[in-house]
Amino acid sequence: MKKNDLYLIGGILLLVAVSFIFIQLYKSEGSKVLVTIDGKEYKTFSLNDDTVFTISQDDGKWNTFEIKDGYVKMIGASCPDKICVKHKKIHYDNETITCLPNRVVLRIIDGEDNDIDAIAD
Amino acid sequence: MSSKKIALYGLLIALAFIFSYIESLIPMPFAIPGIKLGLANLVTIIALYGIGVKESLVLSMVRILLVGFTFRDPSTLLFSFAGGILSWLSMTVTMKLKLFSMVGVSIIGGITHNIGQIIVAILYVNNPSLIYYLPFLLTAGVVSGALIGLLGALTIKRIKKIL
Repeated sequence: MKKNDLYLIGGILLLVAVSFIFIQLYKSEGSKVLVTIDGKEYKTFSLNDDTVFTISQDDGKWNTFEIKDGYVKMIGASCPDKICVKHKKIHYDNETITCLPNRVVLRIIDGEDNDIDAIAD
Repeated sequence: MSSKKIALYGLLIALAFIFSYIESLIPMPFAIPGIKLGLANLVTIIALYGIGVKESLVLSMVRILLVGFTFRDPSTLLFSFAGGILSWLSMTVTMKLKLFSMVGVSIIGGITHNIGQIIVAILYVNNPSLIYYLPFLLTAGVVSGALIGLLGALTIKRIKKIL
């Protein structure tokens, strides 16, 4: 090990720490969850309404998530790795649960600048 | 290519293949796509230091292809190639710069591997918000990169003569 290795480790960890502090400082409670499939908006749900919903895609892929007490949790999926199901429940603005194999992303949003979907609902 | 070289490359690919298999048996407690130990990268970095730059790229690409069709879903190949190529390129450059020891080079390899994967993931799901995973992936890259680098340095000291 060289001294430079330690500087490298220190530098990266510092960068990580700063970004975590930043994220923590600007953390705000979300009000909705936005579901996107392959980047396209699929549906928006309010965190206030408890529900269990299954996102079904034409090719048989599916993801089931639950909204309960203002939190969103993936409770089932057709993907092979189940990484999305293992993810902790999310609640804060910009937190995401990603199911890479199914190209499904659940993301918490503020809802202030996204009124179109609310009207569509 | 001498028969000794052919045998050596075969051996190293087999080793990397087994490492990937072992790794597929270890469940990762993290719910973030792309976090893993990167055991197979041990072979890549040993080849990089012990054999040559080009050879390590070939070894790593062959391993990714084999593993993609056996222990993993072929749809993950895209992520593996992106991570593999970016990390090989960055490790080659940092090795030539001689700024870091094997540990530093391996850490660079670890984090650039994860950066490559997240770039492809963002393009794949068409959703830039995945960038929020980056701090987690950087941390994981530092930890696994350092471990692999330490292991690699210990190994290469002992097998340098036969490579």
